[in-house]
Amino acid sequence: MSAVRPPIAAAAQPRAGVHPMKALMAVLRRDLLLAMRRKAEVLTALFFFLIVSSLFPLGIGPEPALLRKIGPGVLWVGALLATMLGLQRMFYSDHLDGTLEQMVLSSAPLPLLVTGKVIAHWLVSGLPVVVLAPVLGLQFDLDAGALWILTLGLLIGTPVLSLIGAVGAALTLGVRGGGALLSLLVLPLYIPTLIFGAGAVQAHLSGQGAAGHLSLLGALLALALFFVPWATTAALRISLE
Amino acid sequence: MSHRLINWFKLSSPYSFYPLAGRMIPWFWALTAVFGVIGLYVGFFVAPTDATQGDSYRIIFIHVPASWLSMFIYIIMAFWAGMGMAFNTRLSSMWALSLAPTGALMAFLSLWTGALWGKPTWGTWWVWDARLTSELILLFLYLGFMALHAAIDEPRRADRAAAVLALVGVVNVPIIYFSVKWWNTLHQGSSVSLTKAPSMAQTMLWGMLLMALCFWMYSIAAALKRLRAIILEREAHTDWVLRLPEATA
Repeated sequence: MSAVRPPIAAAAQPRAGVHPMKALMAVLRRDLLLAMRRKAEVLTALFFFLIVSSLFPLGIGPEPALLRKIGPGVLWVGALLATMLGLQRMFYSDHLDGTLEQMVLSSAPLPLLVTGKVIAHWLVSGLPVVVLAPVLGLQFDLDAGALWILTLGLLIGTPVLSLIGAVGAALTLGVRGGGALLSLLVLPLYIPTLIFGAGAVQAHLSGQGAAGHLSLLGALLALALFFVPWATTAALRISLE
Repeated sequence: MSHRLINWFKLSSPYSFYPLAGRMIPWFWALTAVFGVIGLYVGFFVAPTDATQGDSYRIIFIHVPASWLSMFIYIIMAFWAGMGMAFNTRLSSMWALSLAPTGALMAFLSLWTGALWGKPTWGTWWVWDARLTSELILLFLYLGFMALHAAIDEPRRADRAAAVLALVGVVNVPIIYFSVKWWNTLHQGSSVSLTKAPSMAQTMLWGMLLMALCFWMYSIAAALKRLRAIILEREAHTDWVLRLPEATA
């Protein structure tokens, strides 16, 4: 908590006539700047992903056929848990120092500002996982085609995780035992993403083709992108009253 | 303002609903007992023994009603939670809160009886069947709703936060169901088929429907009872609660 917190950029409290997209970009830029000033937290989630997925072969055994079978699922569960790690921080420190209240009061639409924060969360905790996943996939003896599907699936799926997580993070803001509660609320809602994401690689490996699963993941992303900013906004307003 | 119309909104105030709920509870308990006795009689003595499963199938008379109600109650709970959020009516949110434990109980019963039924018929306590898995997730959603409500001290804020969660859950329930269904068909062939409806004897169906009515009446009675407790708890500062005989005693 020692990092210097920059004041929210002027564009987030626009005078009449400032384009709302500028407010979104301002929030995004600020959150990324904050994350860059505390690299340890970002790296922790990434190392967590790395270690968790390396533990499975140690626990289960090194047979390539077995690893190939469990690999996609293990990597997806790892990605899911790594996303969970950063969720609580999404609104927490902004809530503590009053920035969040300023955002609620600002004339820029709150759903857009929330979207900016979710995009920042994904860039910080989702995208690195996507980049790292093919390397970890090699540990599980996945071939090039499967690695490609895995990465593509994670690229579509991890934003869904960040979006759904934002609702949970907003609901548990300032609540006793927020961390454990957050996982209880969010993990059941992650199940469809997990099924279609890991299923895409399985379908590819079994020769069915992954197009169907990836399309469904895309549909989940479209749905979440449409509904989540509003649900999160409602949850934030409830938490702040 | 027509005087011939019944003023339904009168009942949306805890003050006028509390005594009505008190009068309704014995009736619902009585209906529970009637339907339960007839349903169990039909289930145990009238319905024939199943050709393939023997007598172990008879747990269906608990299992199926519990599963139906666990799903139905979640929808009703989300409906009242949404009404409470939209119209800011106190009683609606109290309804949602009082339904949650009963719904969770039904989901748990459905899983438990499903396991007891699965052991003699499939030889295993648990299979990753689509229905079992989505029932388990439904139980998690109930627990999440109750946990979130319990974690927030201020009741009205807790109501609204839990309402957001219930509505998000209701959007997700069909998505979860279909995702699990498709996942299941991909992973394992239908070694276990749960669809036995076509071959069901008429009396079995009747027993099941009667037990479903019994469970339904029980749920209403239990939720009303809990609702009255919640009303007393939340309205404890009001004059009308202090004047109640149960409060003065």
